[in-house]
Amino acid sequence: MQENDQSVLVEIKGLRTYFHLAEGTVRAVDGVDMTMHRKETLGIVGESGCGKSISAYSMMRLVQPPGKIEAGDILFYKTPKDGSSTQSEIVNLAKLDPKGQEIRNIRGNYISMVFQEPMTAMSPVRTVGEQIMEAIILHQKVTKAEAREITIDMLSRVRMSNPQKVVDDYPFQLSGGMRQRAVIAMALSCRPHLLIADEPTTALDVTTEAQILNLMRELQDEFGMAIMYITHNMGVIAEMAENVAVMYMGRVVEQTDVKSIFFNPQHPYTQGLLQSIPQLRDAVAKTEHRRLETIKGMVPDPYSRLKGCPYHPRCPKFISGVCDEVDPPVVRTDDNHLVRCHLYA
Amino acid sequence: MLNYILMRILRMIPQILLISLLAFVIIQLPPGDYLTERINRLKASGLTVDDAEVERLTRMYGLDKPMHIQYLKWITNIVTKLDFGYSFAFSRPVNEIIGVRMGTTFFISFLAFIVCWSFAIPVGILVAVKQYTFVDYFFTFLGFIGLAVPGFLLALVLMYISFDVFGLKVGGLFSAEYMTAPWSWARVKDFMMHLWLPVLILAIGGTANLIRTLRATMLDELRKQYVTVARAKGLSEFKVLMLYPVRIAINPIVSTFGWLLVWFFSGGTVVEIVLNLDTAGPILWRALMTQDMYTAGAYIVIIGALTAVGSLVSDLMLAAIDPRIRFGGLEA
Repeated sequence: MQENDQSVLVEIKGLRTYFHLAEGTVRAVDGVDMTMHRKETLGIVGESGCGKSISAYSMMRLVQPPGKIEAGDILFYKTPKDGSSTQSEIVNLAKLDPKGQEIRNIRGNYISMVFQEPMTAMSPVRTVGEQIMEAIILHQKVTKAEAREITIDMLSRVRMSNPQKVVDDYPFQLSGGMRQRAVIAMALSCRPHLLIADEPTTALDVTTEAQILNLMRELQDEFGMAIMYITHNMGVIAEMAENVAVMYMGRVVEQTDVKSIFFNPQHPYTQGLLQSIPQLRDAVAKTEHRRLETIKGMVPDPYSRLKGCPYHPRCPKFISGVCDEVDPPVVRTDDNHLVRCHLYA
Repeated sequence: MLNYILMRILRMIPQILLISLLAFVIIQLPPGDYLTERINRLKASGLTVDDAEVERLTRMYGLDKPMHIQYLKWITNIVTKLDFGYSFAFSRPVNEIIGVRMGTTFFISFLAFIVCWSFAIPVGILVAVKQYTFVDYFFTFLGFIGLAVPGFLLALVLMYISFDVFGLKVGGLFSAEYMTAPWSWARVKDFMMHLWLPVLILAIGGTANLIRTLRATMLDELRKQYVTVARAKGLSEFKVLMLYPVRIAINPIVSTFGWLLVWFFSGGTVVEIVLNLDTAGPILWRALMTQDMYTAGAYIVIIGALTAVGSLVSDLMLAAIDPRIRFGGLEA
């Protein structure tokens, strides 16, 4: 996983983010290793509570108490925004003060984030323009009038109709899809090197979802940024991602390119996930009345820590005496294919 | 917007008239009136009452007329001449009695209100941000004491302490030597020296209340997604708080502005009696005790009008800070 070429953007090593609650400790992120390259789209997939959002929040240092980064490094390869040099300065985000100047200069400027709920992502009492301009004025040396121009330009880039008017509108005057466009415009307003998209289309209808996905791909080409796309939707992954990391109970269980994930899934959990996608054609044709495959069992209680592989109670390929005893190692099965499973060790 | 304000002001007129009617009827409900009560008292003590004088007063105030005529006469005088009638108990026009005292009461209420907001708003924000820490517990403890201890008791205790420990006599609004003196710098200073205690006592209950309200709404807002979004932009924590959750959590505070002022205005009566202040509250009390209907009526009508104006100001301020209200129905 160690790559020291200039294309590396973020390297996460052994990240652990825990929530210390009265009921016990929730190990939301429990040893995540991940590498992201410049301009790539990395899809992060997994079921609810697997730690995909908390990994992203950890990168932005937005995890609020009682959550805390317990261990690990998040190395961000920071190159000047003006492109004056390709020489990168390595910043360990995990070690920064979450309220300090340095992380605040990275947030919204180098790394920005689009969130799940477009309805509540903006304050209802300030105009769309005010909320976007704020980030521009903060990170760029521009006057208020210039920031307004940039805002209107950004709104038109996200294909917002009538941006001159929308800039003075309040968020509640926009529809869900329009709001998500405004939020994307806000995230892109400082031309970040990395955009983290945390289920940005989950709350939208399919038509709007398709438009937003297209838009994000177009903007990625235009701006040359990397996208970390977090979702539980395999269809969206197929559409968007070049590389995919599959997460289960706070760790990455498989990471490879998008083709291998769909055609050669190796981790039993990934295989289970793919089998539990309903096929519309089968359902309509009703050729065989087959029940939808599911992964048996439930995600274990978040307070407990299982011995061995955390997936072993649900795994159809469970090896007694190994999987419930020994923590599986990360195995490189191919040039670009990492699996954390005893089957390949 | 202008239409809305105009509509609201027009709507206030029947509101205030209705309040005045209710006040008048309720004050008139007990049997008898001030004159009959006074005549009975004089007769009981063996004094003769000049029948001609009684007749004159009765006719002058229309006490021999039916109630609705009396009301109409009273309200017409108020509306056309701002004349609130004649106080039987004080034997002087009501305007003369209430005027200055209303001014003092208003001044004290306004100061209490300023103290209340300028303390409650920062503390309310602070305890929400520092939820479940020492700061939170400290102010919560103080706040509940402030809520639970009645104002008059606080007044008694503080009076005792300031007299016993500091040797100050804090009752009243002026020291004896300035009581009737003309306004001067020294008199203003003396007035201020007497003012802090009632202002503080009035402000404490309201402050405790506001801190609790603000804490609760802030905690709701702090959990909202837009706060995280604001942080993700790279804004400093202070700016995040001020520009986002506080902007919304302030709404219930602003919407209570209207009645908070009135609450200070009328709620201080017992405290004012205990502290022996020459303000409007004790006058109302005396007027009600002696069936001095015009004084009591004037007081209630003024409070009613203040409440109506206060809620209008509240609503306008809310519309100014919250576009959802501005776009939501003001034009309608």
